[in-house]
Amino acid sequence: MLLSVENLRVSYDRIRALHNISFSIDEGEIVCIIGANGAGKSTTLRAVSRLVPVEAGTKMTFMGKDLLEYPADKVVSKLGISHVPEGRRLFGNLTIMENLKLACFARNDRDEIQEDLKRIFMIFPRLEERKAQKAGTLSGGEQQMLAIGRAFMSGRKIMLLDEPSMGLAPLLMLSVFDALKELNQEGTTILLVEQNARMALQFAQRGYVLESGNLVLEGSSKELVDNPEVKNAYLGG
Amino acid sequence: MVFFFQNLINALQWGSFYALIALGYSMVYGILMLFNFAHGDIFMVGAYIGFGVATGVTALASLGAIVLPNWLILVLTIIISMFLTSFVGILVERLGYRPLREAPRASAAITGLMIGIILETGNLALLGARRVRFPSLIESTTYNIGGVYVTNKKIMIVGVSLMLMLALHQFVRRSKYGMAMRAMAFDHVVLPLMGVSINTIAAMTFAIGSALAAAAGILFGIAYPVLDPYMGIVFGWKAFVAAILGGRGSILGATLAGFLLGFIEIFVAMIFPSTLRDFIAYSIILLILTFRPHGFFGEPYSARLRL
Repeated sequence: MLLSVENLRVSYDRIRALHNISFSIDEGEIVCIIGANGAGKSTTLRAVSRLVPVEAGTKMTFMGKDLLEYPADKVVSKLGISHVPEGRRLFGNLTIMENLKLACFARNDRDEIQEDLKRIFMIFPRLEERKAQKAGTLSGGEQQMLAIGRAFMSGRKIMLLDEPSMGLAPLLMLSVFDALKELNQEGTTILLVEQNARMALQFAQRGYVLESGNLVLEGSSKELVDNPEVKNAYLGG
Repeated sequence: MVFFFQNLINALQWGSFYALIALGYSMVYGILMLFNFAHGDIFMVGAYIGFGVATGVTALASLGAIVLPNWLILVLTIIISMFLTSFVGILVERLGYRPLREAPRASAAITGLMIGIILETGNLALLGARRVRFPSLIESTTYNIGGVYVTNKKIMIVGVSLMLMLALHQFVRRSKYGMAMRAMAFDHVVLPLMGVSINTIAAMTFAIGSALAAAAGILFGIAYPVLDPYMGIVFGWKAFVAAILGGRGSILGATLAGFLLGFIEIFVAMIFPSTLRDFIAYSIILLILTFRPHGFFGEPYSARLRL
């Protein structure tokens, strides 16, 4: 097991956002968490990357190591957990190249960084064309490419993706998911949360359904797609 | 015309002090969204540390323990004092501000005021109420250039200031840590996702700002060699004005605004009685701010920084 989360609880200002959720991911898997807006999907990812504090009783391990012993920056640099946050959150005042380089802040394997840059530019040639441009000037699709590229540079054991389909035209969305599949085939485990359940279940092998802070269903993508409740609530009947 | 150039030289020197101190304010404000009101007092502490280091190095040199030319003593004093004062900044951040990072901004603001008072009175307790004389590290020479009198000290002060500003600019533009600082100014919440420790960048921001304030303190001590524990207060306020006038987090802005303040003050004093200097000078600046409320280089994204 690569990532295991047990009894995860998170509260914001005494309002509980996540009630005791548990899930796990094996190496090489693509797993999705689907759910409506406000169900706690982003909070789940933020808890794993240690951006939000968790409550006592929560157990999270990654490759057998206790995640709670690592501050947010070490989760990335020491464990290789990367996170494409909600809304992408690129550094708009930095160029594309600077955004990618910043993601290597804690790395000192020069040659591999160059290799990884090449790899990203091969998957997303548009980024190389615009590498000297400020990230704030990019279109939505380009921003998503940079966000994924940046996450890849920062760590690639597992990639946590928060709504990668958001704001993308269908065609662009497909190419983004193709790129993710490529990265997955090269060994990056993927956990994504999505409101677009149809897309997510097509892409992932397995999924969880999150409803107001509770995981209510889990199963293979096929099982979930065929589940009448999921069909009704998330796939438009 | 000669009179104008004479004042221009003076304004450049005076503006150098403001600009160097304003840079520290502006960096901390830009990167940490924090008004470090203790910064004027760090300038004072820097001047005193400079005084200590200069006295020490001069004493060593006069004992014959080491033989050093005067310019080298000056360079050493500046470098060692900047280094030592940066730790004062790191300490202020670690003990004063970091525990309050999630607290309301007002709490952090009064923390700055309190740290300022502690630094002033701490100095008073340590060295007593008498003023100290900054050792004259360089022989003063005056050059007459077409009727304009320029001292070597003034040239040195403006030169060193510009060099430091340029070095800071290069550091922030080109280095990896500078890049992290710019990123933190834009969005500190997701910066850890890049593998960057916010604590490291915060400490470094304070260290650099404090080192620049120390340089300002020493240069000030060379121009006006009397130091007292309260010298940083009004100076700090004015540099703070320059930092805001320059625009949030803008190095170029803080530098230009610092010099502008120097120019306005000196040229107002050239025309009006000097007792009216600050009254008129700061009325003018208030007027400028009315027309440019974000300052010269204030960036529109600044408002959405806090989460």
